[in-house]
Amino acid sequence: MKHNLILRVVSKFLIPLIFLFALYVQFHGDFGPGGGFQAGVIFSAAIILYALVFGVDSAKQVIPPSILLFLASLGVLIYAGTGVASLMMGGNYLEYGVLASTQLAGQHIGILLIELGVGITVMAVMLIMFFAFAERGRQQEDKKS
Amino acid sequence: MLDIIVDVALLTLIAIHAIAIIRMRSLLAVIMLFSGFSFLSAGLFVVMDAADVAFTEAAVGAGISTILMLATLALTYAPEVHKEEKLPSHKPWLPLIVVLLTGGMLIYGTTDIPAFGDANAPAQKHVAPYYLERSLPETGVPNVVTAVLASYRGFDTLGEVTVIFTAGIAVLLLIGGRREKKLTGKATGEGHET
Amino acid sequence: MMEYIAGHYNYWLIIIIMMAGFYTVISRGNLVKKIAGLNIFQVSVFLLYISISNVKDGAVPIIEEGVTLYSNPLPHVLILTAIVVGVATTALGLALVIRIKEAYGTIEEDDIHNQDQSL
Repeated sequence: MKHNLILRVVSKFLIPLIFLFALYVQFHGDFGPGGGFQAGVIFSAAIILYALVFGVDSAKQVIPPSILLFLASLGVLIYAGTGVASLMMGGNYLEYGVLASTQLAGQHIGILLIELGVGITVMAVMLIMFFAFAERGRQQEDKKS
Repeated sequence: MLDIIVDVALLTLIAIHAIAIIRMRSLLAVIMLFSGFSFLSAGLFVVMDAADVAFTEAAVGAGISTILMLATLALTYAPEVHKEEKLPSHKPWLPLIVVLLTGGMLIYGTTDIPAFGDANAPAQKHVAPYYLERSLPETGVPNVVTAVLASYRGFDTLGEVTVIFTAGIAVLLLIGGRREKKLTGKATGEGHET
Repeated sequence: MMEYIAGHYNYWLIIIIMMAGFYTVISRGNLVKKIAGLNIFQVSVFLLYISISNVKDGAVPIIEEGVTLYSNPLPHVLILTAIVVGVATTALGLALVIRIKEAYGTIEEDDIHNQDQSL
């Protein structure tokens, strides 16, 4: 989109704000509406906006698809790993109370960790799907020309 | 009285969107109407006191679903073709009868449901007061929905993350690989995109 | 009579939306429109559950000082999971539509059926 000056300027201004809002929603999911899923989708929406305005190639330089595959698995690993960590500390699977000295602190740490895992996975998977759809379109164009 | 008016207005707008999606033939208009439908239903969720759900529905329905449908439309129709659905070949009497019958049976089934907003309905009586009283002392998290999702029903959320991960892998398997090598001219198998 | 209607109008309107989505799935032939109709059906089911959980004069289920009546938080949790699973299903359905287009050359159901039968 070389000729849309307004879009380029406004999106350069808005994309960092969207990232900041996604981080806010992720970490304040305990005290207000929000949580892992919403934060992951908003984060991926920022990168999709960047890809729409500046091209899919630039977006692939920002986040290479191989890192996205790694991040998707990392989120699920963090989630399941929290459960295994509480197993190793002596409690049941996904019992957060044993992760810290008091029950309440353990619950806080556990909820924070799993929301982080959920947010990372959702962000990575939405971007994987978008890049797969966009890349297929370019391969069809290559085949025709 | 005002909340009834707001509810009925939003529901009527949503119903108009849904019926317009049936009648419209241009596919681009259908996708735009679907995005508006998602957004209005997010507004209705807010009116019904479901803040987390409205957040997720607005982000996912009006954001990700719309853009994936637009990408599909760009991939399945050539750029110069007017993207329209074909005229149906036969009159849809059988689907109409099936839909009317099902709708009639469902409306007959709602005659026994407790009134909308009733605080003494059985749905609000058994497990909900337990969670509302015990979530702040036991988990220290004021948002009851996050506490239930992450702590009391943590296994369900683990399954959900696995479902999302599996969907990503499945989409990669279906449309992620290379289709044809331009140099040799042969069709390769499903390569992996790195 | 008036309070019976005031207590049930939203269920009837939601059922109308549900049937609109259902009709789109079973009577239209274009695959992208079918997926849109399926999504309409899903969202109307979510609306039904959230309207069951609503409590008149209740607050958003975030614990605060001085508030006694809250809306029921359990259907919110259920529907949150359902929305995310729904988007996963939609994305998979759209990927299948793309592969069908590459295999058959069309996404109208009648043409696909004719191509299959003429093989």
